[in-house]
Amino acid sequence: MHIVIIGNGISGITAARHIRKGSDYKITVVSSESDHFFSRTALMYIYMGHMKYEHTKPYEDSFWKKNRIGLMRAKVTAVVPASKSLVLEDGGALSYDKLIIASGSQPNRFGWPGQDLKGVQGLYSLQDLEALEVHAPDKKQCRRAVIVGGGLIGIELAEMLRSRNIPVTFLVRESSFWNGVLPKGESAMINEHIRQHHVDLRLGTNLKEILSDESGRARAVITDQDEEIECDLVGLTAGVRPNIGFLENSGIETDKGVLVDRYLQTNIRDVYAIGDCAQQRIPIGKRRAVEAVWYTGRMMGETLARTICGQDMEYRPGHWFNSAKFFDIEYQTYGWVSGSGSMDPEEQHFHWRHPNELLCLTIAYDVKTRKFLGINTFGIRLRHEVVDQWLTQELTIDQVLERLPEANFDPEQYRRYEGDILHTFTSNTEQTL
Amino acid sequence: MTTLESMSLAGGPPKSLKNGQKLAVFLGLSSVCILLLATFGFDFPNQGFWLTASLIGILMGVIGFSWATYKGEPKGIKNHGVQFKSISGRGLWAWALGIVLTTFYIVLYFYPEYLGLVKDGPNRGLISLFDPLSRSLSGNPASQWFVYGTLYTLAILAFGIKFLWKYRHNRYQRLRTLSVMFFQTAFAFIIPEIMARLNGDLPYYDLKNIWPLNYYNFERYRVNAFIDSGDIGLGMLIFGILSILVITPLLTYFYGKRWYCSWVCGCGGLAETAGDSFRQLSDKSTFAWKVERWVVHSVLVFVVLMTTAVIYSYLGSDNSKYWLSKSQFLMGVGVLLTAIFTWVMVFRRKALKKDALYGAAGYMIIILGLLAIHGFSDAKHIFIFSSESLRKTYSFLIGSIFSGVIGTGFYPIFGNRVWCRFGCPMAAILGLQQRLFSRFRITTNGGQCISCGNCSTYCEMGIDVRAYAQKGANIVRASCVGCGICSAVCPRGVLKLENGPRKGRINPREVLLGNDVNLMELANQNSDTAY
Repeated sequence: MHIVIIGNGISGITAARHIRKGSDYKITVVSSESDHFFSRTALMYIYMGHMKYEHTKPYEDSFWKKNRIGLMRAKVTAVVPASKSLVLEDGGALSYDKLIIASGSQPNRFGWPGQDLKGVQGLYSLQDLEALEVHAPDKKQCRRAVIVGGGLIGIELAEMLRSRNIPVTFLVRESSFWNGVLPKGESAMINEHIRQHHVDLRLGTNLKEILSDESGRARAVITDQDEEIECDLVGLTAGVRPNIGFLENSGIETDKGVLVDRYLQTNIRDVYAIGDCAQQRIPIGKRRAVEAVWYTGRMMGETLARTICGQDMEYRPGHWFNSAKFFDIEYQTYGWVSGSGSMDPEEQHFHWRHPNELLCLTIAYDVKTRKFLGINTFGIRLRHEVVDQWLTQELTIDQVLERLPEANFDPEQYRRYEGDILHTFTSNTEQTL
Repeated sequence: MTTLESMSLAGGPPKSLKNGQKLAVFLGLSSVCILLLATFGFDFPNQGFWLTASLIGILMGVIGFSWATYKGEPKGIKNHGVQFKSISGRGLWAWALGIVLTTFYIVLYFYPEYLGLVKDGPNRGLISLFDPLSRSLSGNPASQWFVYGTLYTLAILAFGIKFLWKYRHNRYQRLRTLSVMFFQTAFAFIIPEIMARLNGDLPYYDLKNIWPLNYYNFERYRVNAFIDSGDIGLGMLIFGILSILVITPLLTYFYGKRWYCSWVCGCGGLAETAGDSFRQLSDKSTFAWKVERWVVHSVLVFVVLMTTAVIYSYLGSDNSKYWLSKSQFLMGVGVLLTAIFTWVMVFRRKALKKDALYGAAGYMIIILGLLAIHGFSDAKHIFIFSSESLRKTYSFLIGSIFSGVIGTGFYPIFGNRVWCRFGCPMAAILGLQQRLFSRFRITTNGGQCISCGNCSTYCEMGIDVRAYAQKGANIVRASCVGCGICSAVCPRGVLKLENGPRKGRINPREVLLGNDVNLMELANQNSDTAY
């Protein structure tokens, strides 16, 4: 049995590792991006000089041979399910018994004029990072950068460029940073923090056009308010989409991503898709059909490996969780806390913010049943296991606030705020009564 | 990825110094120049003044540098450009500093006369510059060790202030740093000098410097001096023995070895402050881990045998001279080690796994050594080695070359904890305690790890923290000194140092939290039953 995995990111590699644990199948992982698995989430730290590329590899290079996981540096240009084989860019072919598509994402481009100029790029792959070193090595060669798109990658790119003192203008379509996901108070705090890092944050502003100099390199952008901003780099960070161009005409059914059932199987037998590039035919709960998140990629890899090894296993992610870091502020979320625009009428928020420090928390609950729906924290770490349990046990917000100290995961000796939070909550409640 | 490396060099991430930083470096280096001039024989007219000027200049240089670096910066992790900078990225400056430091250590340990030490006469050069300070503390002229102690303390204080500034958002780091600054200044520097002034017969004793780190603590001249100085001396001797046999295991049980290695110890203190810029240089490979375990435990075996032989050599064959006779002492050591080893083998066999074999080998070597001391020795020899030559070899190889020349001299090349990781027998003992019967662990936070590798990169002990975190397994490693930097640099709040019940402290996971509960249970079933 030969298992071929397209993509050596977290999804593909997790699948490979777990298949190896559960079987003796031959495993080949194909990647056009890098020789070895590296942590994509750490790309920013290479540019900022916190780490070297070597540090981003979670396994030593000898690991793969030792565990008999074959690595192949090649670009897959087509999949031919009829002959169970892959066509490679160099003209070669690779046949499989079971195929796992884990080809990840690529940055979105929305047809902006000038989006293919030199100096215009996203930030997703190792190659993107190499391009960034060329386009924005320092503040002399990159006198200003414009970032388009206010999501997680956008703010990371801003932090990266600021680490080299490059002036940054950050165009955000929304009226407040990431407010499709974050509640109002939190989003406002991040706005402040972005500006504290000397980023020229332009809220409610869209990109209209990218202008070129005579050599075909981006020299300025024009916003939808018809302002021209001169720059040497344009970062396009308006989200990502599945990287599945090579599946055209393969007969594998796709929409935004590769369509899969709960067993992560495509419409074609023995072909599976996991990670960023997979799209659930029927979304799971409140989750999106395509989830480009590290954790879900890993979980899909763990689940599919079971199926491949003969123990058919449905993909059933547990309670939603995620985390990020906005410059100096850590963010964690568990369960569902809706952004300011998308709240159901039953969903109510309790928001607490520290008077001077950059700390805040939002707890979402059902206004009728008082059921705890989810929690966001900024600058306060929570214990995953504990909050996960609360969600399973369907505690009320009152119980959660009582038990908040159990979930604290801040380093020892840190100041604790549970008392203050509970106090705020009780006095709020008294006021409304 | 040679392309990335070369482009990083060609590109211009901000690795050059700001003007304020340059000024501070100039001030600091000029102050060091005063010391250099003194070393090369320049006769300063008013020694007290020039010494003060130099020490304060160095202090202000470091503080000024920190001010220029962190002033106006928002609170948070400050690792921008660490890998690009010459001094922290094994560049030219790192090598230059490494050579300067190693040279200093070689001169200090083996050629103190070049620093101005004069046998039977007044000091010259650098050491004489420190005479006024030494006299004001202990009443005696300075020695090369007083000069070293002063500079060492100054380094911990100055770079401690820099560290406090850098980690001002992190209360654990602040308290820990204040602690090492306090213990160095009070226990290592001031108290022993004052004790010498009050009672000139007492041996110089830094109370926090515990055997076997302080390998010479039970040598004849010290034990005699302790006994001859009445109750205080006797108290100190007993404290020295209790330190290793009672206090150390107790505190390590409750807090892990960090209570010593990154809160109290002087070597750790220097590593955490002056050495902080070099923590990312530690080798994380499994090969280095293997070497570490062999070397550090061999040093432990060596120091146990050496100390036993040295004490044995001066004890009498009956109890007339000391409370213990030769054979009583030997028997005592043998019984103690056997008791410990039996306990480990019975109750902690699983935790040691294959290392149990090596542990048994180490134990056997010691016991055979004890037998050899007893059977084949006259008063001075074990086999063909005299106890004195054992002591000298240890003092030279471990006490000087390993801990000083390599351990500190090579900070900019191998990282700041080379000595603590590969050489320190105290760390080895505390490590065994931590691995086998401590409540300490670094907890990983469910499924939140993104495998970025910040934790592993900045682990000064070369532990591949990420390898555990991405499995959701707690970190329970003998070498972990509990500095807490992995937890500080983690961008996703995954790591927490904590003391807790021993049950579930070691918890390998097959599938991480976040998945369907059934899958987790199914997958984790097998691994849970493993220790």
